[in-house]
Amino acid sequence: MNFNRVLHFAFAHFYRNKGTSVAAIFILTITTLLITGLFFMQGASSYVISEVQNKIDITAYFKADASEEAILQVRKDLLEKSQAIKNIEYVSKESALADFNAKHADDPTFSRALTEVGQNPFLPSLNIVTNGDTSQYESIATILQQDQYAALIDKVDFSEKKDTIEKVFAITRGITRFGVVLGIVLLLIAILVVFNTIKLIVENSGQEISTMRIVGASNWFIRAPFVIQGVIFGAISFVICFIMTSVFAYALAGGLAIIMPGFSLSGYFISNLLIIIAIQLLAGMGLASLLSFIVVRKYLKV
Amino acid sequence: MIKFDKVTKIYPSGDIVLQDVSFEVKKGEFVSIVGKSGAGKTTLIKLILGLEEPTYGDVFFEGQNIHTISGEALQEVRRKIGSIYQDYKLLPQKTVYENVAYIMEIEGKTNEEIETQVPKVLEIIGLKEKMDNFPDELSGGEQQRLAVARALVKHPDVIVADEPTGNLDPYNTYEVIALLERVHKSGKTVILCTHDKEIVNKLQKRVITIENGRVIRDEEKGRFII
Repeated sequence: MNFNRVLHFAFAHFYRNKGTSVAAIFILTITTLLITGLFFMQGASSYVISEVQNKIDITAYFKADASEEAILQVRKDLLEKSQAIKNIEYVSKESALADFNAKHADDPTFSRALTEVGQNPFLPSLNIVTNGDTSQYESIATILQQDQYAALIDKVDFSEKKDTIEKVFAITRGITRFGVVLGIVLLLIAILVVFNTIKLIVENSGQEISTMRIVGASNWFIRAPFVIQGVIFGAISFVICFIMTSVFAYALAGGLAIIMPGFSLSGYFISNLLIIIAIQLLAGMGLASLLSFIVVRKYLKV
Repeated sequence: MIKFDKVTKIYPSGDIVLQDVSFEVKKGEFVSIVGKSGAGKTTLIKLILGLEEPTYGDVFFEGQNIHTISGEALQEVRRKIGSIYQDYKLLPQKTVYENVAYIMEIEGKTNEEIETQVPKVLEIIGLKEKMDNFPDELSGGEQQRLAVARALVKHPDVIVADEPTGNLDPYNTYEVIALLERVHKSGKTVILCTHDKEIVNKLQKRVITIENGRVIRDEEKGRFII
């Protein structure tokens, strides 16, 4: 019975203060969209970073006479010795030649050059991609340079790529760090703006809250309508945000695919649907009701 | 029922508003507390309702020290007191009907009780036709009558009225005082703070006179003498 009354108070307050209610929903919608945007940005930047990292590899070129069995044994050893390896691709002499021919099929100069050489000049290789930073590449290079592999391995190209790899990792680390800091700053600003909006709404009822205390209303009876009103603000802003996010995710997917080939915005939206719903509900309903709960406290001290 | 025991109130600014005030109000009494503006009457009401803390001394309501009881118990005490103020202290975002109904809702009355009782009370005070209006759509007299209705609807043990006629014309003043007298006759305790000489002299009830924060006179059938 009491809950019904509290619910009625909340809806009545919401309806009778249409101006402030609309303002609060607008602010919450902007905040929720901002937080959702940060989530999408995080997804996109993670994708770009992982794409860049996947393109960084270390290649061990084996001597022309190294047998496939021996090379695959090295591959097996590496996988056993290092947890940091994401993938090792074996490229035989034949497939290296085939890749080369396919790549330069339109240019007869290359095929003429190969004919001049008279034999397959490519070496068999292992192409290694790790999960993380440059030190992992360095440790793998060290393993490959051990004496037991000296008779098999012609060269390891890590030292040639080292500077580039370090630069790329430094840039991706920088981007990640900047994204986190920017996200936190924007989030704090958004929370402050919502806090001030809720504060204005509650302050508008400050005298009324004090009067409610004087006539003997319990804290719960006074506070609950404001908290529920926060939930109403959040629920409406959630619906608006969810519709807008869906529209944006599908409308921008095509354009974004041109800038970031392989990244599907709509696919990211669908695969993270539950997380996005949780974020938007939490950002809207959670934030507004929690802040209402906190702000009303000031007026309950009567 | 209500007891002030050597109560002194000093505000943080250093103003001494009440000094060593002691008196007791028995159940069913009608007490007028009189004094000039700034004599300490409003502070006295605030102390009864637990809106201010005494600097020294104690205030008791039905044997409970108002300033040491829990927040919940204090709200329980406030529910037993019907308070009326010069500035009405209505709920501006609620209609006339809702202002009165809110008090019953706090007490956990059923919807049926509220739907029966509130229109009756509003009819008695002549506001039934305006039950859907908001307080700022009422005249001063109507707002004060609404404040009285709100205080009465919960059938409180005590009515505390702080300058309830301060903003009213003579006709509305008469109506509000007549209402308070009627409530008193039904066995309730009434504490009326006023600086209206005519009202006090006409009532011929107990009068406590405060001057510069001190009780200078407490007479059973007193008059307004300052």
